[in-house]
Amino acid sequence: MTRKTRRLWLVIACVACLGAAAALMLKAFSSDIVFFVTPSQVAASAPPADRTVRLGGMVVAGSVKREKQGETPIARFDVTDGQAAVTVRYEGILPDLFREGQSVVAVGTMHKDGFVASEVLAKHDETYMPKEVAEALKKSGKWDPRFGPPPSAASWNSMTVQDAKKGLPAADAPATPAPAGN
Amino acid sequence: MLSPELGHYALALACILAAAQGILPLIGAQRRDRRVMMLAPGLAVGQLLALLTAFLCLVYAAVTDDFSVQNIAANSAVSKPLLYKITGVWGNHEGSILLWALILGICGAAVAAFGRNLPSALRARVIAVLGAVAAGFELFCLTTSDPFARVWPAPMDGQGMNPLLQDPGLAFHPPILYTGYVGFAVPFAFAIAALIEGRVDAAWGRWVRPWAVAAWCFLTCGIALGSWWSYYVLGWGGYWFWDPVENASLIPWLTGTALIHSAIVVEKRESLKIWTVLLAIATFSFSLSGTFLVRSGILNSVHAFANDPARGIFILGLLAVVIGGSLALFAYRAPTLTAGGLFAPISREGALVLNNILLCSLCAVVLTGTMYPPFMSLLFDRTISVGKPFFDATTIPLAIPLFIFMGFGPMLPWKRAQLWPVLQRLWIAAILAAVAFAVATFGMSGILPILCSALAVWVIAASVLDITERVRLFRMPLSGSLQRARMLPRSIFGTAIAHAGVGVTILGLAAMSQAQHKIVEVPVGTTEHLAGYDWTLTNVTQEPGPNYSAMVATLEVRHNGKIVTIMHPSKRSFNSQNQTTTEVSIHTNLLADLYGVLGDKHGTDAAPTYVLRLHYNPLAPWMWLGALIMAIGGVLSLSDRRMRVGAPRRAKSSPNTVTAA
Repeated sequence: MTRKTRRLWLVIACVACLGAAAALMLKAFSSDIVFFVTPSQVAASAPPADRTVRLGGMVVAGSVKREKQGETPIARFDVTDGQAAVTVRYEGILPDLFREGQSVVAVGTMHKDGFVASEVLAKHDETYMPKEVAEALKKSGKWDPRFGPPPSAASWNSMTVQDAKKGLPAADAPATPAPAGN
Repeated sequence: MLSPELGHYALALACILAAAQGILPLIGAQRRDRRVMMLAPGLAVGQLLALLTAFLCLVYAAVTDDFSVQNIAANSAVSKPLLYKITGVWGNHEGSILLWALILGICGAAVAAFGRNLPSALRARVIAVLGAVAAGFELFCLTTSDPFARVWPAPMDGQGMNPLLQDPGLAFHPPILYTGYVGFAVPFAFAIAALIEGRVDAAWGRWVRPWAVAAWCFLTCGIALGSWWSYYVLGWGGYWFWDPVENASLIPWLTGTALIHSAIVVEKRESLKIWTVLLAIATFSFSLSGTFLVRSGILNSVHAFANDPARGIFILGLLAVVIGGSLALFAYRAPTLTAGGLFAPISREGALVLNNILLCSLCAVVLTGTMYPPFMSLLFDRTISVGKPFFDATTIPLAIPLFIFMGFGPMLPWKRAQLWPVLQRLWIAAILAAVAFAVATFGMSGILPILCSALAVWVIAASVLDITERVRLFRMPLSGSLQRARMLPRSIFGTAIAHAGVGVTILGLAAMSQAQHKIVEVPVGTTEHLAGYDWTLTNVTQEPGPNYSAMVATLEVRHNGKIVTIMHPSKRSFNSQNQTTTEVSIHTNLLADLYGVLGDKHGTDAAPTYVLRLHYNPLAPWMWLGALIMAIGGVLSLSDRRMRVGAPRRAKSSPNTVTAA
């Protein structure tokens, strides 16, 4: 075998492997990437039912309802970004850090009667807010992190941008204590 | 005596010594001045002693509850058990940087101690590179993440540690993982030294390989331990989340695995030299970026910069200097290295090249999947996430050929080989794999798990056959075979065992894809059926703990009426942090894990119901057992005589030997 053919083999192997890797990635990028959506985006145009998305926002205070179908526990709660709310249905154990009025990310699909989550994430500690949720809140003008902890979710629909800047909940909203930092 | 000020002083001293260690031996080696070169080992040991003093001071402050130290006040508390006071030292950013520096110091001292037989210029340069890297990180520690900073007034009690981290598995996970990461600094230093010298030869390959293998063993164990921790502490029933933090450890593992394979080719055939140097640089660069970018949260969120711009800019600057500098040196010097010969595609070295190509493709995929979301959010302001579906779809098809060729590789002779004789020797493995495929089709669903189980059996059987063929088992009297086995180099056994370990892990992963689970909300006394077991919730009680109160369930698990185990999953509420944790209960018989999780209490107090999550995880322990077997294979190959003596001579130099760590 000449030097040339040996080098050719090497090049073929490299191109084949890296080409396969690139092709697999491109295919996966088109079908397996999970987009983040906010409740207002869902309200504007719901993602197709076969597409998994991450829905992030705050759990509306007082919206969590638990029920049972047979022996299966089902939780329903509303997720809001202050402009729209989406009802989420989840079968299973809510994570330890799941709280009303705190941030949450639900992974699942949007159906006609609401969002069906296969996974609910509430991470780390109670002062933590997923980056996407914080971004969504800031975009909707409901919270500016420079002025203190996020306000209670129940107060948002009546809150103005100015309130957010002051870090104060709207006058008519029930004041909830800010979570203790650790 | 061991005051925080002494620790701070010792850290500063270590930084100065490291800077001297990074400069003087290089000058000495350049001028061929033996006396200056001989400063290197002394400086390395001195730096280690200073770091050790600093570390002990921090541990002492933690153990004695010195809350005037800000780091202790923020992460410890009087009520914390002693073990976690000690391990809590490295459970936070400042302490973990100090631990990182300490391990780097140990690496430098180890090269000084075990590298006595290296050519003096090479040893001086290797120690100098390690010193320069250490100086950078110690400066980072001193200027932006001082673990000894005082706080005034000192609080009466600390804020305590996240209860999730109060776990023996996590207590020892960081030191082992860090040893793996930092251990790759030694091959990196060898690569830089070789580039400065402009010389890579077979002896270099032989010297660098034990260090790479040792680091690889620690990294393998560290990754497995982390995965096991997330399995039994987080209680979600899974073992790998494809989280950036996890990927950051997998990426250097993949290139490190490629490195320990390509170094063999350098050693045996004096080929792939430039490539091996590049791999050594890449592996350490990924280790560095992994720990610092990911753990500091920069990768997850660009906003982490806003929290502490000084820290972020320092880290980025340091990474740019280390990685950019080494790559620039590589680009400048690599052309001067003599290229090795090319070789036949069907040969041992051909198989090792294929291994490298496939591992690097896998690495590229994992790297792209990890970096894509932050880039998308930075450049296009789109928030996306890349998770298990993406990585499953991309990594498994690339891993399958790797597993297939793993069976052939060790059996191919060097230089020129023919496939047919190897195939003849592997027919038993092929039959076993076919049987496994047939069996798996009945028991499992999904083509990929079935295929992977068959491949796992193929890999394990081929590894066993490799040994039995070499000792001519059953072809000659048993005593003759034993004699041959005794004569075989230990690295042959190391390879076979490590490869078999990969097979065990794949089998575990494939079987875990068939895991079953069930989530129910039931009153006490209900029996659930899952995977042929009857799980009865017999009791739920409230029990106090040292710094928490727990709700403990009693689950009786029966199989065909016979009691298998009584499990006690619980849910703890920590008063101080206003946090709850889930304590999973796991019963294993090594073939499957029964995994019970207790969720919330619902219903009225008169008729309460409890949420339970029950998992049946077939072959789950095999995933981590396989990693342990891989590491054992690595250790065995480290103990090979060839690594210790066997005279890796350089042309016209005195007989040099290297001792493996």
